[in-house]
Amino acid sequence: MIQAIVFLPLLGALVAGLFGSAIGHRPAEIITTALLGVAALFSWIVFIPFWLGHPEPYSVEVMRWVVVGDLDLRWMLRVDTLTAIMLVVVTTVSSLVHLYSIGYMHDDPHRARFFAYLSLFTFAMLMLVTADNFLQMFFGWEGVGLASYLLIGFWYTKPSANAAAMKAFVVNRVGDFGFALGIFGTFYMLGTLGFDETFAALPAMEGATIPFLGANLDAITVLCLLLFMGAMGKSAQFLLHTWLPDAMEGPTPVSALIHAATMVTAGVFMVARLSPMFEMSETATLFVIYIGAITAFFAATVGLVQNDIKRVIAYSTCSQLGYMFVGLGVGAYSAGIFHLFTHAFFKALLFLGAGSVIHAMHHEQDMRNMGGIAKKIPITYWLMIVGTLALTGVGIPGTPLGFAGFFSKDAIIESAYAFGGWSGSFAFWSLVIAALFTSFYSWRLIHLTFHGKTRADHHTFDHAHESPNVMLVPLYVLAAGAVLSGVLFYGVFFEHAEHVAEFFGVSLVVDAHILEEAHHVPTWVKWSATAAMVVGFITAWYMYIRRPEAPKELAREHPGLYQFLLNKWYFDELYDAIFVKPARWIGNALWKGFDDWFVDQTIVEGLGRRVRQVTDQVTRLQSGYLYHYAFAMLIGVAALITWAIAAGGLLG
Amino acid sequence: MVSEFAGFASLAPAYPELLLALGALVLLLMGVLAKKESAPWITGITIGLLIGVGVLIVAAPSEGVIFAGGYINDGFARFMKALVVAGSVFALILAVSNAEAHGLNKFEYPVLVVLATLGMFMMISANDLMNLYVGLELQSLALYVVAAFKRDSSKATEAGLKYFVLGALSSGMLLYGASLLYGFTGHTQLNEIAQAIALGDRNAGVIFGLVFVLAGLAFKISAVPFHMWTPDVYEGAPTPVTAFFASAPKVAAMALVIRVVFDAFEPIAQDWQQVVIFISIASMVLASFAAIGQKNLKRLLAYSSIGHVGFALVGLSAGSLVGVEGVAIYMAIYVAMTIGTFACILALRNEDGYVETIDDLAGLAQNRPFVAAMLAVFMFSLVGLPPLAGFFAKWQVFLAAVEAQLFILAVIGMLASAVSAFYYLRVVKVMYFDEPTQTFALPAIELRVVIALTGFLVITYYFTIGAPLSQWAHTAAGSLF
Repeated sequence: MIQAIVFLPLLGALVAGLFGSAIGHRPAEIITTALLGVAALFSWIVFIPFWLGHPEPYSVEVMRWVVVGDLDLRWMLRVDTLTAIMLVVVTTVSSLVHLYSIGYMHDDPHRARFFAYLSLFTFAMLMLVTADNFLQMFFGWEGVGLASYLLIGFWYTKPSANAAAMKAFVVNRVGDFGFALGIFGTFYMLGTLGFDETFAALPAMEGATIPFLGANLDAITVLCLLLFMGAMGKSAQFLLHTWLPDAMEGPTPVSALIHAATMVTAGVFMVARLSPMFEMSETATLFVIYIGAITAFFAATVGLVQNDIKRVIAYSTCSQLGYMFVGLGVGAYSAGIFHLFTHAFFKALLFLGAGSVIHAMHHEQDMRNMGGIAKKIPITYWLMIVGTLALTGVGIPGTPLGFAGFFSKDAIIESAYAFGGWSGSFAFWSLVIAALFTSFYSWRLIHLTFHGKTRADHHTFDHAHESPNVMLVPLYVLAAGAVLSGVLFYGVFFEHAEHVAEFFGVSLVVDAHILEEAHHVPTWVKWSATAAMVVGFITAWYMYIRRPEAPKELAREHPGLYQFLLNKWYFDELYDAIFVKPARWIGNALWKGFDDWFVDQTIVEGLGRRVRQVTDQVTRLQSGYLYHYAFAMLIGVAALITWAIAAGGLLG
Repeated sequence: MVSEFAGFASLAPAYPELLLALGALVLLLMGVLAKKESAPWITGITIGLLIGVGVLIVAAPSEGVIFAGGYINDGFARFMKALVVAGSVFALILAVSNAEAHGLNKFEYPVLVVLATLGMFMMISANDLMNLYVGLELQSLALYVVAAFKRDSSKATEAGLKYFVLGALSSGMLLYGASLLYGFTGHTQLNEIAQAIALGDRNAGVIFGLVFVLAGLAFKISAVPFHMWTPDVYEGAPTPVTAFFASAPKVAAMALVIRVVFDAFEPIAQDWQQVVIFISIASMVLASFAAIGQKNLKRLLAYSSIGHVGFALVGLSAGSLVGVEGVAIYMAIYVAMTIGTFACILALRNEDGYVETIDDLAGLAQNRPFVAAMLAVFMFSLVGLPPLAGFFAKWQVFLAAVEAQLFILAVIGMLASAVSAFYYLRVVKVMYFDEPTQTFALPAIELRVVIALTGFLVITYYFTIGAPLSQWAHTAAGSLF
């Protein structure tokens, strides 16, 4: 069963990729989507026993992979609670994205290739989540990177798409570099790459150090920080986040897949998978908390002023990933995974909904050119409302009434408060403010897109139309998830520490203490997120419905702040100045100065010129005159005699 | 003296020479008496005679020193004679189909080749300065004539004349050196000279003699700075004659150089090594650079042969058994590559005549793919690219030089080899990447056979003849020590 889940998408990718042109687009679409559907069905079959009962985790060996010296790696598919959750998330969202893409991409001339990439992406992600050792995880990790490059740059005739694809790849390489170093370090320190062996060897590593540049650093902390660097790249955390918004250059279903199910959740999954390791290093977990909190806040602020409908949602993803990392960092790993789980549904819903809007508006993405289309596309409108309610976390604290995001987000915010201390407070307030901003930009999106008078041109507005059923059906399913996934799974993810521990078994560290604490935070803390959400909602209503001219005035009054946010805190410009320009300069210098001038012109061509000069001289000696030749012989004999006598020491 | 001539059997080591001498006389007689059109027949008989001599050398070996110590036939001599005979036979075969076009369709040509071969045999077996000179002159005189054989061609006449005048000069040097050696040692026999030098002091007179003798011999192997005649003669002489010049006489002269330095100057090895190293470096470097400027194929090959002599001398410079072995192998491979290359050039004839310049080869690969491919093989082999034979030739001599601690010589040789790659590869480039400008006639059957045979040996050297050839060269070199 698990083999089928992992390899059916690969099969689909191969069929669509290699034989796509032979079998035609429609069969390629149907085959990949059907295979993914089967994989999703199987995933639920695998997951449900974990949810209801408590089966033992197990591993299935695919083959012996690498045997070198002490390193004996088998390619194992590992199935435990954490993997089962990820399987469900990945295959469900992916299969719905496949289905949706049949409608969304129906007039693209390269659909078969698109579906091949989608399935390949899914396969790589499944490899990652079923990994039994670091190397296997790295394989999936890189496979995801490759597939994201292919998909973001799918419209390869668009220069901006190519640039975005490269940016995603390169920024991820930075993170991967840390991840790889972390893997090497783990093997160096522990002598194994298997997860179980690594965790078993951890207690002996207490206090072990790695010498580096004369300093003795705590081994586990160093390894965790290096590994977390990989997670920061894949999950677009602060400092390595710049690729994520640009990745919007890909087709919209790709955005949904990247943001909801694959790729960005990899970092969260990795930290959760390695939770026993992170638990051992206080420094590392604090670092995770700070990075997560800063990301949540930073991305939310940028999201406030973006005009591209997809970019708003992209920054929202970035921000929500920050929430998840805070959850992991404070030790409430299950809360972080819970948010990952619910987020997958409503974020996929929002993206596919946005795709539906874009589809209706003839590929218009700028919200300033929308407005008032709620009546034109009512189904999409209501589905988007559901997604927004889930994202902003609407619900009544203390009752099982609420949308998915309400449960998981509140769980994280409460855990952050319960963590206590300076860092706990910092995380708590960052997240609460981020929640306010989230509510604001989400409703701003709804208002700008669907409400008020239209700003679209006449033609586009008149021809706006509801999407076909093949696109709407996935939205219904996701909407159901966005409504129900919180309340249904709250019990196993967060409610009672012993239930949670039982549910996850050995697959995740469950800190009963922090979960207990989180349930006994003051009431105002429990209400804080809801309050922030309400404030955000009202502000958005005021600024975009009540007084639509207010935002412009605000921007005029605070031009510095507005530009700062609009330009994403100037990170791209900063990186451009620090990394890209110097790299370009060095590259240019090496190219023009070293390769072109020194190697090519001076050495290679210079040698050639010198040879030619010598040749010319030598050829001139060959005059054709007999007496020249005879003279040369006599000179030669004289020279030889002189040489022989002198070298022979017979001169004296 | 009487006892030595007592039995004909005691002359057994010199049977090949006797056979050649008799054969030359008989052929001459036949040529005079027969009709003019019978020249091809005489060529055929000559080839048969030479093959017979070759079989005699290889299959019925008889070694020994005769003629009062003036003549020696040993393993080394037999190896080199076999090479010389092979060179002569193939040079004659190359002339068969295009004898008329090159003015070689006269019975004197094969007779002169036989006489030249006889001279070379005498050179190889010379154990005395007198015999050495006689053999050298017999060979040279025959070659002077064949160089100018195409009498009505001004180029050929010029070539013959230049060769003759400069050859006379070099002979003078050789004789002068020989007289100095006799004057200072009192002997003309090579091993006796060595004994005299070993007993007496090493003095300037002997060194003078050494240098003059080597200069005279260097002319014959066309080593720098006694090479100047080579490009002009190679260009001017008829192509089959050039093929002959480039193969057999080089082998004979090289054999003579080896015998002289190892037999006569063994006690003053340091001194002759200095001279040989100088000549070797000069030849390799000058030839590599000068060849780049050439447009004429035959001039190119002239410089190529100068360069290869320089490489062969690298092995000799080592002054060791391995070095001599290397030179022997080098000359064998060199003969094969040279014959093959000239066969390719002779195979290329269009309506205007034979190819002369490199540019004439443009686009040959499309027109005559077989000849082009084989010519490319020979060029790669001349560069010294593994796994072709030329690589192993260079490998062996450089190995000897490195073992003898002559690192600088080896490095210079490598660099010269790298420069030389340019002009060989340019030929390949012109054949394969330039647009064809003319079409070529189908080559004669015997040329194709020669090309295929030499090409086969060059390509499969390592797997076929490599091992037995090395074994034989080892035995041959061993007889000198």
